[in-house]
Amino acid sequence: MVEIPAGSADAVPAAEVEDMELYHPKSWWTKYVFSQDAKIIAVQYAITAISIGLVALVLSWLMRLQLAFPGYFAFIDADHYYQFITMHGMIMVVYLLTALFLGGFGNYLIPLMVGARDMVFPYANMLSYWIYLLAVLILVAGFFAPGGPTGAGWTLYPPQSVLSGTPGGQDWGILLMLSSLIVFVIGFTMGGLNYVVTVLQGRARGMTLMRMPLTVWGIFTATVMALLAFPALFVACVMMLFDRLLGTSFFMPAIVEMGTQLQHGGGSPILFQHLFWFFGHPEVYIVALPAFGIVSDLISTHARKNIFGYRMMVWAIVIIAALSFVVWAHHMYVSGMNPAFGFFFATTTLIIAVPTAIKVYNWVLTLWRGDIHLTLPMLFALAFIVTFVNGGLTGLFLGNVVVDVPLSDTMFVVAHFHMVMGVAPILVIFGAIYHWYPKVTGRLLNTALGHIHYWITFLGAYAIFFPMHYLGLLGVPRRYYEIGETSFVPPSAHTLNIFITIMALIVGAAQVVFLFNLIWSLFRGKEAGGNPWRATTLEWQTPQTPPAHGNWGKDLPVVYRWAYDYSVPGAPEDFIPQTQPATGGLTREVMR
Amino acid sequence: MTQSAQTHSDPGLQPAGLRGIATDFGSDQRAFKTASWGKAMMWIFLLSDTFVFGCFLLAYMTARMSTPVAWPNPSEVFALHIGGQDVPLILIAIMTFVLISSSGTMAMAVNFGYRRERGKTAVLMLATALLGATFVGMQAFEWTKLISEGVRPWENPFGAAQFGSAFFMITGFHGTHVTIGVIFLLIVARKVWRGDFDTERRGFFTSRKGRYEAVEIMGLYWHFVDLVWVFIFAFFYLW
Repeated sequence: MVEIPAGSADAVPAAEVEDMELYHPKSWWTKYVFSQDAKIIAVQYAITAISIGLVALVLSWLMRLQLAFPGYFAFIDADHYYQFITMHGMIMVVYLLTALFLGGFGNYLIPLMVGARDMVFPYANMLSYWIYLLAVLILVAGFFAPGGPTGAGWTLYPPQSVLSGTPGGQDWGILLMLSSLIVFVIGFTMGGLNYVVTVLQGRARGMTLMRMPLTVWGIFTATVMALLAFPALFVACVMMLFDRLLGTSFFMPAIVEMGTQLQHGGGSPILFQHLFWFFGHPEVYIVALPAFGIVSDLISTHARKNIFGYRMMVWAIVIIAALSFVVWAHHMYVSGMNPAFGFFFATTTLIIAVPTAIKVYNWVLTLWRGDIHLTLPMLFALAFIVTFVNGGLTGLFLGNVVVDVPLSDTMFVVAHFHMVMGVAPILVIFGAIYHWYPKVTGRLLNTALGHIHYWITFLGAYAIFFPMHYLGLLGVPRRYYEIGETSFVPPSAHTLNIFITIMALIVGAAQVVFLFNLIWSLFRGKEAGGNPWRATTLEWQTPQTPPAHGNWGKDLPVVYRWAYDYSVPGAPEDFIPQTQPATGGLTREVMR
Repeated sequence: MTQSAQTHSDPGLQPAGLRGIATDFGSDQRAFKTASWGKAMMWIFLLSDTFVFGCFLLAYMTARMSTPVAWPNPSEVFALHIGGQDVPLILIAIMTFVLISSSGTMAMAVNFGYRRERGKTAVLMLATALLGATFVGMQAFEWTKLISEGVRPWENPFGAAQFGSAFFMITGFHGTHVTIGVIFLLIVARKVWRGDFDTERRGFFTSRKGRYEAVEIMGLYWHFVDLVWVFIFAFFYLW
């Protein structure tokens, strides 16, 4: 603990900018629909993302039904199976996780946590949501278009993605997918600029960068990454759109299809893979870093203990972000690129394990001898750590070229990335919703329903994905519509597939409990009060709950301490809000 | 909010160089002490847009290096037949000159904007828009000429098909940027002319006060578009 002489620590610099000019809604439409309030936009993002996520969930059921009972369901033919795979992957990664973490949690938490009245450009922020909604609608249109959605796999590798053999390749499917992604990138850029500038330029007095909660650090860093990574996706989509529509050959080599020489020639499919994964790998961390940040705050708050190694946590986030731009080709070990690249990309990939391991150790050390409250957010945070460590360790397997080559395109890869960037961030999303729902609505979610949801989801997700590692080691390939009579796959693999499918159905159904809880608690939940978790961060110190338009009433908050003053010895309570002056000298913040 | 006030009013208190940057980042409220929200947003957007153009140019270079068919010679393809002889790259040279000149008028407009000289600012912005429109017009002429010679996105009579693909895609994307810039130049020039920034008239959608800073933010975008053209000129026409 650092003793700070009274007086000097309270000397907060004067406000550098005048108070923000807010747009005040003039009608019901501008208040609740075309709202420029980040809190409303956040809820709009969240509802849209969760709705489209439910579609992806149902698609995963259909895939699993086919894998467990091949041929039993007549309507799941090979084409449909690939369409389900593609849409499931793309929706989950881009339209659910990215949109929910950055558009949903980013919009709600950034202004509140840094002590701003709103995002710096509320109008662009509003446009961002409506463009995102348009992207989702274009994506969904694929289901109703002639030929259905694209079945190219979520990586959309050319040349197959634009050929007639792939569902949607010569129909509307691929066009709608590419258009939707282009629109998504445009919409995201408008929101992303808001998040970054709000964090950099819109903080409250006393809120230095090194006093921000790790949630804000995670979302901020992920947004910077997204602004630099999405351009590669944008360019790749534009070029593939031209290949498909104008007959250019950016990604198309000379191809003979069904005995006919196509008009394409001279393009490079590997170029697409480079562009795609230059987006695709940072995307993994765009999803993971907000989860890292949020889980740090959940653990600290519910273990009543300051986060262990705050500065290390911040730098780990920044270093992971930087490194993740130089590892993309570890997704391409079997693509036929220059083998010498493999050495470089394997090395950088394995180096990422260092800052990531620092984060995991620090979470565990935060829990160490903490006053752990096994609330729902804490339970989900613990589940995240377990799942993430599991997925991270298999990442070390796949990061090595010689280990990756035999495991490539097997169920082992499916198990790995679902553990690390599917289940783990989703668990954090659940934890975060249980944590912040009282601030958004003023009511707590029901705990009994929450426990049912938690145990089924956590154990069930493990039961789904853990056996997949074993299937992968047996050599069961991913993306196969049916394995058929393959001699190296023993019959036990099939039994396991049935088990996984049944677990997937159960876990999916358990989400109904969660949705019911969300709606039921909105009307019948226990009144939460302003700060039910007795947390230190600014969003819990708002004058009203839910926070009103402009967040803070007449006067903006002033920040006197970091976000982690929990269980400070000598303090009357086991938490000291960031707005409480440091007079008296009690803090655990380490200065300089 | 949008004023560019220095936090440390006494310049002697502000450390210079890297330490100054570290102090700014370590201080509260703002990481960039002299940048308003709008300016910070534009800079970060331009960084993102740099990656878009960077990816386009890298993709073009990859295509050019990997295609098995010979790449057309740009100084022949882009030559104009003037006075009985082929002058290589003459149109591109004029286009480049026009666009770079427009950066000059833009910089002058920003200067007069901060002196609150409404008329001169508006006229110089209109001149910038005119030069930008001239650039787009000459680009349309160049496209027409090449199309009439049989250059298409999917094929061309001079060599590798990717030549036409990359040409139309990259110059088209840049031309779109210029066109958007011209439109916004006209919008901002109208606001300057009407005196919105003198009376701090509030925006219709944003209800934010109008400030002369909008001219400078517009200028940042415009200079960026010019700078991108320099790279396109170097990598596509001169290589």
